[in-house]
Amino acid sequence: MSNAYIKKFISYRHLTFELVKKGIKLKYRKSYLGILWSLIEPLLTMTVLTIVFTRLLGRSAKGLEIPFAVYILIGRLMFSFFSTGTKTAMRSIRSNSTIIKKVYAPKYLYPFSSALYTYVIFLISLIDLFVVSVCMGVKPSWYMLQAFIPLILIFFLTFGIGMILATIDVFFRDVEYIWDVLSMLIMYTSAIFYTIRRFDGWILYVFKFNPIYRLIEGFRDAFSGQPMHPYGMLYAGLFSLGVTLFGFFIFYKRQDDFILHI
Amino acid sequence: MGKTMLDVSHVGMKFNLSKEKIDNIKEYIIKLLKRQLHYNEFWALKDITFKVEQGDRVGILGLNGAGKSTLLKIISGVFKPTEGKITVNGKIVPLLELGAGFEKQYTGGENIYLYGTVLGYTREFLKEKYDEIVEFSGLGEFIDVPIKNYSSGMRARLGFSIATIVDPEILILDEVLSVGDRRFKKKSLNKIKSMMASDVTVLFVSHNTNQIRDICNKAILLQNGKLIANGEVNEVCDYYEKLIDEEYDLAELPKTARKRIKRNKRKEQRLQEQQEIQKKLEKLEQFEKEQAEHQTENKSENKSENQAENQADSNTED
Repeated sequence: MSNAYIKKFISYRHLTFELVKKGIKLKYRKSYLGILWSLIEPLLTMTVLTIVFTRLLGRSAKGLEIPFAVYILIGRLMFSFFSTGTKTAMRSIRSNSTIIKKVYAPKYLYPFSSALYTYVIFLISLIDLFVVSVCMGVKPSWYMLQAFIPLILIFFLTFGIGMILATIDVFFRDVEYIWDVLSMLIMYTSAIFYTIRRFDGWILYVFKFNPIYRLIEGFRDAFSGQPMHPYGMLYAGLFSLGVTLFGFFIFYKRQDDFILHI
Repeated sequence: MGKTMLDVSHVGMKFNLSKEKIDNIKEYIIKLLKRQLHYNEFWALKDITFKVEQGDRVGILGLNGAGKSTLLKIISGVFKPTEGKITVNGKIVPLLELGAGFEKQYTGGENIYLYGTVLGYTREFLKEKYDEIVEFSGLGEFIDVPIKNYSSGMRARLGFSIATIVDPEILILDEVLSVGDRRFKKKSLNKIKSMMASDVTVLFVSHNTNQIRDICNKAILLQNGKLIANGEVNEVCDYYEKLIDEEYDLAELPKTARKRIKRNKRKEQRLQEQQEIQKKLEKLEQFEKEQAEHQTENKSENKSENQAENQADSNTED
């Protein structure tokens, strides 16, 4: 049974490729710099955030093992992938409705390829991180290889949540607005441009039980030359896989009704 | 006969015809609390069973809303039937509402790859056939223009060219023979006919019974979601035409016309009755004539008898 699913997935690899290509192409169509924006934009926001938080608000990078700019860049890149990835996956069934109404193809391909194309853009923009790290004098170490773990996990987390949201979005458009607010809440509990050292008590647990924060933390650890928090990463890993399985579950349960509602 | 390409068994499709589409939570909860969430259930198809053998060309007939398109969408996998089972053996190429799956911001060329892979072709194959597709579509340099600037005819031409680039095993045609201008119509008809020559199985929806008689060898007839006829194409087409004619007489004409028809019918009936009466009369006349003749014969016999008697009498007199 699972073998048949894998075979089907492989037989639709061409469509997945085309959908990913379409996502990237259309995102940068009609802009002169095109895909270069995936490099420029994070750098610009990083600069703005660094200036605002160090000069205007007087936060310092004291006590951090990595430069504040790198700290912010990692948080921002990871979170913006999660945010745009879940949003495009959420809308993927509706935005591909003309195809879905006409021709059969496995429906999970649409949220999957949406998450995947934002992931590809995210991976490209990681070039920034290396450039900035080199410029800021981050010392290379073997610990950097750990970064692959949060990088892979955040894709599954995004895809899983994207599938859940896509399923709900077909029936209730409201979820788009609700998710906007919720992702803002998640952003502030992911400690993107501040450290959690200033907090204590229950607030600290809000951060620690936020899987996005845990993944960002793991990525930062890899770049600051220290081992990851094992339980934190285990928690984030289990959470991501659980969400992906649950996403598949409710998606498969409702996917035959999609066609009647789009 | 060849192998079974398509096996449709007891297929039913139920839709919930809620009067307004509920797509936000507020309305859903209100309706839930008011217990107005009962949907009007509507069976677009009910208990449809038929088989299609390899090389069969099946026409699908039925009035608007009979469930033809729903059936085709179930066969091509877009809809999942509420009940029943469909087994398809072979590659289906659906030519339904051509070009409706295009990405509007993409150019024609980019859409060849996108739509082609949606239909299940590989990218290598599409690369190989790219020129052929462009040539058949007749779009020329327009192939590098975004689809949103295409006319609907151009879009349909491109869609047709992409979909028909392989020889499918099962071809689904939903009144697409009316695509594009006259020249392309001829071209596409030729293409479809050449496909049919290669033992392809065809499902063809049309209202035009002449077209169906021309192309198909079998036909099925749907009415209100039920399969009411299945068999040889001419029989089903005749039945369909008869059915339409009857319905036309009864329901769809304005009152005056209906009255006129009724009057004509009555006239006809009267005429028939009169003719019958006349026939009966004629028969009666004939019968009477015969009887009359019979009587005259009897009379003549009587006469001779009488004569004999008379003779006898005269003899006795002698």
